[in-house]
Amino acid sequence: MDLTYTPQQQAFRREVRAWLADNVPLEPLANCDTREGFEQHREWERKLFDNRLSMVMWPEELGGRGCDLVEWLIFEEEYYGAGAPMRVNQNGQLLLGPTLMEFGSEEQKKRFLPRMAASDDMWAQGWSEPNAGSDMANISSKAIRDGDHYVINGQKTWSTRALFADWIFGLFRSDPNSSRHHGLSYLVVPLNAEGVTIRPIKALNGQDAFAEIFFDNVRVPIDNRIGEEGQGWRVAMATAGFERGLLLRSPARFQHAARRLVELYKRHQTQADRDPTIRDAVCEVWAGAEAYALSAYYTVGRLSRGERIGAEASINKVVWSELDLRLNETAMRILGPRGELLAEAPAIGEDAGWLEGFLFAQAGPIYAGSNEIQRNIIAERMLGLPKS
Amino acid sequence: MDFTFTDDELAFREAISRFLMVEAAPEVLREIWETDSGRSPDLRHKMAEQGMTALSVPEECGGMGLGDVAWSLMTQELGYYGIPDSLADTAYVAEGLINDLPESIRDRQGWLERIAEGDVRIAVGHSVNPLVADAHLADLLLLEHEGEVHVLSREQVSLEDNPSIDSSRRLSRIRWEPSSSTRLVDSENGRALWESALNRGALSAAGQLLGLAQRMLDLSVDYAAQRKQFGKPIGSFQAVKHQLADVAGKIEFAKPVLYRAAYALEHADPLVDVHVSQAKLACGDAAWLAARHGIQVHGAMGYTWEVDLQMFMKRTWALDPDWGDRGFHKSRVAAHVLMDDAQLGPGHTFREA
Repeated sequence: MDLTYTPQQQAFRREVRAWLADNVPLEPLANCDTREGFEQHREWERKLFDNRLSMVMWPEELGGRGCDLVEWLIFEEEYYGAGAPMRVNQNGQLLLGPTLMEFGSEEQKKRFLPRMAASDDMWAQGWSEPNAGSDMANISSKAIRDGDHYVINGQKTWSTRALFADWIFGLFRSDPNSSRHHGLSYLVVPLNAEGVTIRPIKALNGQDAFAEIFFDNVRVPIDNRIGEEGQGWRVAMATAGFERGLLLRSPARFQHAARRLVELYKRHQTQADRDPTIRDAVCEVWAGAEAYALSAYYTVGRLSRGERIGAEASINKVVWSELDLRLNETAMRILGPRGELLAEAPAIGEDAGWLEGFLFAQAGPIYAGSNEIQRNIIAERMLGLPKS
Repeated sequence: MDFTFTDDELAFREAISRFLMVEAAPEVLREIWETDSGRSPDLRHKMAEQGMTALSVPEECGGMGLGDVAWSLMTQELGYYGIPDSLADTAYVAEGLINDLPESIRDRQGWLERIAEGDVRIAVGHSVNPLVADAHLADLLLLEHEGEVHVLSREQVSLEDNPSIDSSRRLSRIRWEPSSSTRLVDSENGRALWESALNRGALSAAGQLLGLAQRMLDLSVDYAAQRKQFGKPIGSFQAVKHQLADVAGKIEFAKPVLYRAAYALEHADPLVDVHVSQAKLACGDAAWLAARHGIQVHGAMGYTWEVDLQMFMKRTWALDPDWGDRGFHKSRVAAHVLMDDAQLGPGHTFREA
């Protein structure tokens, strides 16, 4: 055990820190759930890419730096520590990207990965359907083979920022006589294809943060299939693992938020201390974020020993989503009667931003597989309890 | 950055686990409870033969020369098998304190050699603990008095027995007279020694609590898989599954916190106090939840004397406030988090970042 950074790792940290100090926008970008904000974030992503900082773990030929997981954690620490903008193309970069590297053909990798790293293509997810939420194997959208094309009909929903994205990836039933997790194929579909209709869904924050997508005889070439026909479930499960696991919610994001919470508490300590449980909650949130960071480094160590992460990814998802709730709830309790104020309200002043975080935290235990489903996975696959 | 254990460390843990599974089965421990002393010289002898008392004694004194990181695995095994206090107190906490003593102290090397051989029991009395564990059999007592380190024999103290709900515990209130003849180290040099001893004691309790949590989880999973109601194993019901999944989550997330604290102690990290307190709180949380959800899953059987869950629950409740209760450790964490120039946030998880 050696919990110190190598000189190379320290040099990498310094380099990233210096670049971010020079380049992170001084004014926050507009909300990425709006068209204007989305495009501002795309510009920021291009800037990262031009400096080979958008996907540091990807190989150099794809615009990355070939970093290992420890360097990735360092990058994330510096990124969030600098208060840099939200990563708006994570669906593609963190979920589809690794899937393509594992299951995609060489041609598909060349076609999609560099444009994804540069955010020339922005990606949305197409998993959920009106009758396939937690029960994802109940997918009914069809992709029927017609020569060298699939013809897609059906509906996807809860697709984050699909209104602004360029592509969608997801599961479609390619064998109309199949059921459950058989006969599904993993397809990527351009959202400007003929027959695609995107209808925004207004989220809790009043923005068109997600959308439902209708497919009416949409034709996509069979080259748009990732992995074998009918093997989509297996490919998708790998993607779901990435999402719940280490990558999607790196600890640095919560450590940064926990530090902001400590600062918020200190600014309003007299008011906050009238409720004596707030101080304890602030410290617990800080310790929770630290524990999550330690767990990430420990997981990286286990991977380096050749261990595989299985159902522990589900523990991760439960932990970060519930930590995020506690963190933002505590902020709301500190703000008291000013908690309800929107960012533009004059009386919220420098405390703006917590309300948006609090609203988004409500979604954490629901998206990426509800926490009830995660707890089932932990109980069945890690503890070996019988299926219900 | 290498947050892993060596193959040797993991193999040693595995060997100790297999040994304790056989030699310290619950029925054996229950028999030992019933004896006058509550301790088994025979079991202690066998544990010494396995090298358990020599783990951190320096090699020149006949030990293996390992440190707190190795003990963070070993204490989990002691907790998992419900091993009474005396072993960790002597071979880990007292050994650490003696090892930290100035080399000029005449008896230092002899004590270390006797610890490694396994033929000495040492009780440690720190003011954070109102009572002292296993003083009744101690060959030697290391006692704190206003920061000074005193060493006494059992004959020099009077003991008042204080029975505990944890049947493996043997707690005493100690009456003794500090004098210049019992004083080993003055307060100026003693305070730092006691600070380390406290951290080592807290880490010992934390590791044992994490082992206890795992044991209670394993017992509860076994029970939920075989106990049937409504024609099905109760472990197939979501309400039961989710209680046990939450325990598994607490355990997995406490492990790296424990290991980092052990590393900090072994490497004299300036933030060792706060890291140890984080570990004690995280491991204590996991163990309390494992006890609460464990008894719930066991139903009425969990409330009986007969079912072994009771041994591990009671040990959890006893050890959680040992070497600093929650108030003590939360205060140390809060002092760090809320101080004016605290280095918080991403990039400050490890010292030199």
